[in-house]
Amino acid sequence: MSKAAEIDIVSVSKIYGATTAVHAISLKIPAGSYCCFLGPSGCGKTSTLRMIAGHESISSGAPRLGHVVVTDFPPARRNTAMMFQSYALFPHLDLVDNVAFSLKMKGVDKETRRAKALAMLRLMQMEAYAGRRPAQLSGGQQQRVALARALITEPEALLLDEPLSALDPFLKIRMRAELKKLQKTLGITFVHVTHSQEEAMALADLIVVMNDGRIEQAAAPRIVFEKPATAFVARFMGDHNVLSGRVSAIRDGIVEMGVAGGQSFAVRDIAQEIGAPIDIGIRTDRVRLDPAAEKTLGFQAVVSNIEYRGASVKLTVSGAGSDDFTVIVSDADYFNKTVSVGDAVSLSWTLEDVVPLGRLSA
Amino acid sequence: MAVVAISQPSEAEAGRPSSVRARLQRLGAYLQALPLILILGFFFVLPILTILVVSFWDYDFAGLYPDFLTMNYVDTLGSWVTWKTYLNTLKFTALVWCLTLLIGFWVAYFLAFHVRTTTMQMVLFLICTVPFLTSNIIRMISWIPVLGRNGLVNSTLIDLGIIPQPIEWLLYSDFAVVLAMVHLNTLFMVTPIFNTLMRIDRSLIEAARDCGASGRQVLWNVILPLAKPGIAIGSIFVVTLVMADFSTVQVMSGGQSASVALMMKNQMSLLQYPAAAANAVVLLIVVLLMVAAILRVVDIRKEL
Repeated sequence: MSKAAEIDIVSVSKIYGATTAVHAISLKIPAGSYCCFLGPSGCGKTSTLRMIAGHESISSGAPRLGHVVVTDFPPARRNTAMMFQSYALFPHLDLVDNVAFSLKMKGVDKETRRAKALAMLRLMQMEAYAGRRPAQLSGGQQQRVALARALITEPEALLLDEPLSALDPFLKIRMRAELKKLQKTLGITFVHVTHSQEEAMALADLIVVMNDGRIEQAAAPRIVFEKPATAFVARFMGDHNVLSGRVSAIRDGIVEMGVAGGQSFAVRDIAQEIGAPIDIGIRTDRVRLDPAAEKTLGFQAVVSNIEYRGASVKLTVSGAGSDDFTVIVSDADYFNKTVSVGDAVSLSWTLEDVVPLGRLSA
Repeated sequence: MAVVAISQPSEAEAGRPSSVRARLQRLGAYLQALPLILILGFFFVLPILTILVVSFWDYDFAGLYPDFLTMNYVDTLGSWVTWKTYLNTLKFTALVWCLTLLIGFWVAYFLAFHVRTTTMQMVLFLICTVPFLTSNIIRMISWIPVLGRNGLVNSTLIDLGIIPQPIEWLLYSDFAVVLAMVHLNTLFMVTPIFNTLMRIDRSLIEAARDCGASGRQVLWNVILPLAKPGIAIGSIFVVTLVMADFSTVQVMSGGQSASVALMMKNQMSLLQYPAAAANAVVLLIVVLLMVAAILRVVDIRKEL
């Protein structure tokens, strides 16, 4: 439909009075990719999106859209379109006029703009409702209209501010699939803000995990999942147990980390000095309920909670200085050898399942 | 089937006490509505009915005579004075409505969109209401020393050498009437419009900007349409107040201008109550038609 824009953010900051919402972040979003900003509320992801859109002034730094510095451009001149969290459809206009709004602002005559708006509504399968007001639509329908309104300007990038948060779980998954399909057919850059890691994993080509106004990791979903860069990413994605301690020994490229309980754990590939604080992540679904072959690859723990989740069972155990060490075992393995709360269990894993976690220099 | 047949008599038995209870409940509801019915009946329905009845009575200089005559209406509607007075009142209403709308909308717009903090909004809004702590009459009369022949405005302009002699039309003129009315009634426009503007979702304005709307286009295409209910409510206030005004017209025009209510007041001071009553009924119908016209244009139901 139209060309996609590469988005290049160069040390952009947002400062509100005394608080810094975004700390000089730099990020390159390739043209035509689906990028998700992921993070807890207040991490600066929405501020960043709004700075790209032009709805928030930039305190320092410069965003570039398709090699053009857009710092001083108003939203409409950036060739981006934004979809708002609550959709922000105009309640006093019917769907056609809502979708045709930007064309009306440009001074396109009534016939042309209505025809174009109808075509756009048809693309979104909403033409049957063309004469309705937004209040007469369901959440999913409103979202489609909001998409139609954003896309009628043929933007090079579509910016979506938590687009799925107002929908119920079933609709969320359906609209998620539609968004992905739409991005593939249009081929334009999508930047999508969300606090759901599941949503980000399902949609993104590039996940940008943010915390406290900084980018913790920007990588493909698989890398974010398998090799979380920091303890925050590991915890936020939720698939790793994070253990913290200090380096106690280094031999043959393997670092041993001592934790508060007196135990030590092995981890590979990490250049550290003895005594330096480090974090390691251990995949929750790779931990086994077997005695460890080596004592640096496992520990003795007490089961504190058991949750049955269908295909898997989630055990929460305490030991080795951690109160909420999570073990995900498949239902088959679990029911072969059940345990109950209060039981002592041996946990083990392999060296490959341990990832060293970095810390932001900041 | 058997189950249904068995259950029927027991249901009928159980139905009897519950229907008594339902009747009591209904009675209770009427009792709860009674105070309001009494108040509205005595202070609203009864006076209007009285006016309606009296408007058909006969009268002379000495007394009122119960009758059913259309004479009062024929006199009222047949006199060119009535028509001229109505025209004059409508002229005031139109002028005051336009001016209060213009001023009221901008004040409300400023308060709602340009004042950042809620505290400041409230403070400024309260400042707007300060003049209302004094009576209508005082606020009106205080214009006299300002606008008079040797008043503030004239003496200042003469002192500055801008005009050689006092401007005569400042006081005791239609200008003075409209000025005082605008002063008295603008807040009735500000309040409802401010209320609707505050309810506009700010993301709508951002969405409009995202669609490339300029400031003026946002105002015309988003804010103004969404402020319509507030404008309608404010308009109803202003129109009904100005249509029924007699004191402002009397004082500020120095008796040189007339309004429908002033005409009624004069009739009453001559003890022509039936004539005044007929006039009142006509005015009531005219004002109700105007309100109906406003409601036809704007749907204010979502504001109530």
